[in-house]
Amino acid sequence: MRSNGIGRILPESIPGMDVFRPFEKAGSGPSGPSVFQVPKREPKVLACLEEAFRKADVRDGMTISFHHHLRNGDLVVNMALDVLSGMGIRNLVLAPSALFPVHREVLRHVQSGTVRAIQGSVNGPVGRAVSEGLFDLPVILRSHGGRVRAMQAGELSVDIAVIAAPSADCMGNISGVSGPSACGSLGYAFSDACYARQVIAVTDNLVPYPAVPYSLPQTLVDWVVPVERIGDPEQIVSGTLRITRDPLRLVIAEQVARVVESSGLLRDGFSMQAGAGGISLAASDFIRERMRAARIQGSFISGGITGQSVEMLEEGLFQALLDVQSFDLAAAASLARNPAHLEMSASFYANTAAKGCVVDMLDVAVLGATQVDTDFNVNVNTESDGVLLHGIGGHMDTAAGAKMTVIVTPLLRGRMPMVVDRVLTVTTPGETVDVVVTERGVAVNPIRKDLLENLRGKGLRLLDIHDLEREAKSITGVPRSPEFGEKIVGVVEYRDGGVIDVIRQRL
Amino acid sequence: MTLRRTSLYIPGNNPGMLLNAAVYGADSIVLDLEDAVSVAEKDAARILVRNALRSISYRDVEVTVRVNSLSTPFGREDFEEIVPLAPSVLRLPKCETADDVLRAEKLIGELEEKSGVPAGSVKLIPIIESAFGASNLPEIVRSSPRVAALNFGAEDYTADLGAERTKEGRELDDIRSRIVAAARIAGIQALDSVFADVNDSEGLFEEAFRVRRLGFDGKSVIHPRQIAIVHRAFTPSEKEIEYAGRVVAAIEEAAVRKSGVVALNGRMIDAPVVAKARKVLALAEAAGVHRIEESRP
Amino acid sequence: MSSKALGQAGTLESCDALVMVLLDAGKEGIVLEMDGPSLVSFEEDIRVAVSETLASLGISDAEVRLSERGALDCTLRARVEAAARRALAVLEKAGVEG
Repeated sequence: MRSNGIGRILPESIPGMDVFRPFEKAGSGPSGPSVFQVPKREPKVLACLEEAFRKADVRDGMTISFHHHLRNGDLVVNMALDVLSGMGIRNLVLAPSALFPVHREVLRHVQSGTVRAIQGSVNGPVGRAVSEGLFDLPVILRSHGGRVRAMQAGELSVDIAVIAAPSADCMGNISGVSGPSACGSLGYAFSDACYARQVIAVTDNLVPYPAVPYSLPQTLVDWVVPVERIGDPEQIVSGTLRITRDPLRLVIAEQVARVVESSGLLRDGFSMQAGAGGISLAASDFIRERMRAARIQGSFISGGITGQSVEMLEEGLFQALLDVQSFDLAAAASLARNPAHLEMSASFYANTAAKGCVVDMLDVAVLGATQVDTDFNVNVNTESDGVLLHGIGGHMDTAAGAKMTVIVTPLLRGRMPMVVDRVLTVTTPGETVDVVVTERGVAVNPIRKDLLENLRGKGLRLLDIHDLEREAKSITGVPRSPEFGEKIVGVVEYRDGGVIDVIRQRL
Repeated sequence: MTLRRTSLYIPGNNPGMLLNAAVYGADSIVLDLEDAVSVAEKDAARILVRNALRSISYRDVEVTVRVNSLSTPFGREDFEEIVPLAPSVLRLPKCETADDVLRAEKLIGELEEKSGVPAGSVKLIPIIESAFGASNLPEIVRSSPRVAALNFGAEDYTADLGAERTKEGRELDDIRSRIVAAARIAGIQALDSVFADVNDSEGLFEEAFRVRRLGFDGKSVIHPRQIAIVHRAFTPSEKEIEYAGRVVAAIEEAAVRKSGVVALNGRMIDAPVVAKARKVLALAEAAGVHRIEESRP
Repeated sequence: MSSKALGQAGTLESCDALVMVLLDAGKEGIVLEMDGPSLVSFEEDIRVAVSETLASLGISDAEVRLSERGALDCTLRARVEAAARRALAVLEKAGVEG
């Protein structure tokens, strides 16, 4: 028998407890391993980013992740890399959920040795540099869902997640809907925060505790660093996204709506996801008209949310918006006030290893492409000239889940055919793609005999995909294939972790 | 019967538009070498349109070229470069007399022969856009078997009269009716002129509907977004379609009976009524609201 | 380029090409300078379009500058022909006046 710190006598043994510790005093004992990290008693708010990196024990060769909700207005990636470079850290693996032209500064850090490799996504100037062979190691390209799966499986092991936080409090509750750099949903950031060893919130809007409503809870966040600015508001969310006025793209959009209507999927409970490109917005608009005319009550719109989606929600055409990324001011504002407009994490959205993800519930997905081939394989990563210029986004995830995947593309861009014999890079495999819609005709994947039957006699110009490819070629002539070297500069990883294609250096 | 509910004007010096002309769903396209092309570019546009006719496949759309009038320095070369490519139709601007048509016809005939195009394949659509032209309608429509339709050019006509163009267009009711009447004499189509305000969809629909009621068979458009609107105006109502179906059924019933007299509800049906009924059904089919097969018993 | 016998046609609009043909410049053969996004994939085809079009007009010596913006073959040929014809017209006029 012995007494504990408060003077209570404790027995030597207690049935059912193999071993136990006597109480000493409040606040002294360790709580045991936490799911995410060892809890701290010191303040989370730090004076600067460098201090946060030191507390996070940053070392050479670590993996640092970032989300892309601030899009081309982001200042945090460049800021963080400048700090790390100043600290003399080298050979980092950069794991952004996506990169934008503003991140061309990354190239400077690659040249200086601060950054060695990229896992996740590239774009614009960084993509071009990758294509040209600047990096030693190939960039591993993953979709939004695939990225989370990889983090969950430990294949992508993030040491430090740097989270640009439009609003945050002293304990690290983070919100995306308020502050000068408000961006709406923080869906990608949430998943990063769940799996990283250390999480640093960088904010230009430190608010009194508690920051409500919050998207990321304080239980995931280690450090909070207030800075002058995390983003340029004008580049974060656009004022209003405009529907295309180009008559050719409107023809394609009208065809899409006709395909959706004729497919049999446009009925009560209808759900859809469309991109924010000009054709997709126009197609959504035409679908909206048909829903109004037929008084259809849809269930949800998912993915990147726009003001147009918000209008459809508020009009009563849909019950819910599931938002992984808010594209414009109207969407961000709606997230803050509409109870049926909900934020979802990248995992909830598209992770095959989650307990069910949203893309599997989708009826229709309307997606773009840089190229489509006669096997219905889709390329979104490399342009027709073979230069790696884009990340995957949610393309392969959405295509895999949706009951009907519609790829929209003009038949030509400039003098380049968009429907080809063989895509330069496979991003999304043909077995998950159902329909290709161009201004000169619609091709249905032959494995979808049911869909083909539904689309006959509905005023669509239905063609074999090979005819579309031939028609394109007959207009443009046969382009010379780009030349590639031996060096592998990119790996396209499918959402289940399998390598679906590799990208070689463009000579 | 060739449907010409819409004729989409395409500026002849614009390669991007020439490439995509047939994509928008118009019944016919008019590759324009006349008013859409500046004087300095007439030569370049002519060559571009010639090459387009040679290389671009315009699928099921009727291809028309609006050439410059033979009274201008550009007209003759237009004919010489374009006719050998065998467009379906040439639109003749500023057509004022039967002679204007005959001069064109003669030149086309020579060029067809020289280039191996089957004689008579290139049709003509004279454009009436002056008071003088309007005074010669019966002669113009009967001047040549190549004349497939009569087109009204409202803008230049109004200018020629010194009248003021209004949105309601009441000042043009008379000439429009006369153009329809002249077209009927020769058994050809009457096609109305463009509605310039591309942003006024309601105004366009009203005008298209009004001219359809006057008897016009179609209208020119200058922007793809005008096509669906004009097609809607030229889509017959259910009542019209139903009546037309009964007329055609009565014809066929009379044929079975080998009777010379066709009657519907006890009243005789004349040839013009039959012709109109067939036209209504063709318009309905084009609009996708009706299949002609279904009207047969 | 001197304006001695210069013909120009086309524009830099999408799907078009701006072509300049200079005749009587003392050059031998066809000297061709080009730029535009389609060159990577269609350079050879564009060269052939230029040389064949000039040959059909009986032109074997010329300096050509071509800036294309996704122009198709038929457009390229049309612009080269128009520019060449304009240059020929300048030559002819100079011949008449000079």
